[in-house]
Amino acid sequence: MTGRRPGAAKENLAGWLFVAPVVVILGLFMLAPILMAMWVSLTDWNGQGSPFRAGVPFVGLDNYTRLFAEEGLARQDFMTSVRNNVYYVAIVVPAQTGLALGLALIVNGRLLRGRTFFRAAFYFPSVTSSVAISVVFLFVFANSGAVNGLLRLFGVEGPQWFADSRGILHLVLGALGVVDPDAPPAALTGGGPFGLSWWEWLSGPSVAMTTIIVLVVWTTSGTFMLMFLAALQNIPVTLEEAALLDGAGRRQVFTHVTLPLLKPTMFLVLTLGMIATWQVFDQVYVMSQGNPAKTTLTPAFLSYQTAFNGFEYGSGTAISFVLFAIIVVLTLVQRWVLRERRA
Amino acid sequence: MPDRKRSLASTFAGYFILIFVALVFLYPFVIQIATSFKTEPDAAANPLSPLPHLATLDGYERVFGTDLPLWLGNSLLVTVIITTGRVLLDSMAGYALARLRFRGRRALFATIVAVIAVPGVVLFIPKFLVLNQLGMYDSYTALILPVIADAAGVFIMKQFFESIPVTVEEAARIDGAGVFRTFWSVVLPMARPALLTLTIISVQSSWNEFPHTLVAVQDPALFTLPRGLADLVSGSLGKGTQYPLKLGAAVLATVPVAIVFVVFQRYFVRGANEGSDKG
Repeated sequence: MTGRRPGAAKENLAGWLFVAPVVVILGLFMLAPILMAMWVSLTDWNGQGSPFRAGVPFVGLDNYTRLFAEEGLARQDFMTSVRNNVYYVAIVVPAQTGLALGLALIVNGRLLRGRTFFRAAFYFPSVTSSVAISVVFLFVFANSGAVNGLLRLFGVEGPQWFADSRGILHLVLGALGVVDPDAPPAALTGGGPFGLSWWEWLSGPSVAMTTIIVLVVWTTSGTFMLMFLAALQNIPVTLEEAALLDGAGRRQVFTHVTLPLLKPTMFLVLTLGMIATWQVFDQVYVMSQGNPAKTTLTPAFLSYQTAFNGFEYGSGTAISFVLFAIIVVLTLVQRWVLRERRA
Repeated sequence: MPDRKRSLASTFAGYFILIFVALVFLYPFVIQIATSFKTEPDAAANPLSPLPHLATLDGYERVFGTDLPLWLGNSLLVTVIITTGRVLLDSMAGYALARLRFRGRRALFATIVAVIAVPGVVLFIPKFLVLNQLGMYDSYTALILPVIADAAGVFIMKQFFESIPVTVEEAARIDGAGVFRTFWSVVLPMARPALLTLTIISVQSSWNEFPHTLVAVQDPALFTLPRGLADLVSGSLGKGTQYPLKLGAAVLATVPVAIVFVVFQRYFVRGANEGSDKG
């Protein structure tokens, strides 16, 4: 290293001094924990003493294989939680993205009066405490709560939301007369992958889970609306006007000019949405604790519960690493599906 | 303009829908506040009404009969310390990454971006393991230290420092000011908008933080407001309905952020969009 600028050594030192606190904290509470958890996921540590003690049983990959390959409660619970979360993601992500885009398009209207107010109103739920909001929704969806009160105005008797473990898809299939939910066809109940029957896999989200779905769509749309709004405001007005002058209809302008320009933001919103929905935790903790009949159990909550209530830390960390893998894989798949098709 | 009438009608319909949607977004908060002032039978009988039949402070009196004042104090303390820490430490690191040439800078920045991408839930149990191992579990240190610097904040500050011209700093350096002095008296004052954005996001996120408190403490004396509220709902006090009490506590958890939001709205917006750039 010859010919360095004068003071380079000093700047090197200053640089490291400036980043040192952040490096120590992130290293100690982000990187070290992950390494430590990798070890714990290979053991049956029960929370007593240090996991590095000599007496802690080393079990290899047992905590992982039990989730996939072994008949038993661990796999049953894990697969149930995955099923619940798949339905949750499949509904929340499209719903919040669509709603966010719709709100952004409306609020972006240059002639709209009170747009600041509307923008703030839609965004406000996103900034408040998830715990506090969950408590509010416990009341809103209570048996004698606002939603059932509203339904009663239309002569509909609402369900007991938080006690209702019936799957929506089962209910729909039953209502259509395709199958009888009380006596499902034996072909579906007989067997299925990973210890759950096909009938169980095809439940849809439970009635109780829909309350969490509604809550989350309602709270997160505002954040994503802001992202769409920022993207919309970056689109030069002249571009849309030119298309209009060329004789394109409003709908055509939207599908052929506006929407393609929103594609990067769309990708971002879908990715962030998917990452966040696979981690749903706070709402489950406050509103349902995985009940009724484990239909609101999610991998994130299951991992917490397994470790802190069941004292099976190895199993709990294994679940969280599998969840991590699910998120990474799905992000990569999504990136590949939505990749830019540049000529 | 042949379709002027139609456009008037569609404008009207547009506002109608918009106001309806705004109501859907805000009404739960109206119910929250109204119910906190209701009596229990009133809350159960008229869950939709925006006004209490007979306003009462009974719910709040019972709220203050719980440990809530203590949790409120803890939340305040934790929020202030974490925010101060983040603003200082994140901006120092962001500045170094943007301006100072030190060995390993690129690798460090890449690591920080990678850390942002790690999903928070994956860290629940791991954080507990480390806190436990270090003997910090169940203390204020456990509540504060692990979150006193955050990768996203470093990222935001680095982006900001790169966007401002370097000339002023160079002038200060030529005048003989050291790196730290330049940072403190020249750079930080110029960074006020970014610092304010970072402050607002930190206040909001540390005030609302819930899962970290679950793995950091178990003594009710160390609970923050969200943790206490969650306990209030799912724990022993959660038996029975007691909605005025629960919603009163929820109001207290919501109001401070609501005030900050109303006053500093544009910084929230900026923060949300900064966050989106990192994707």
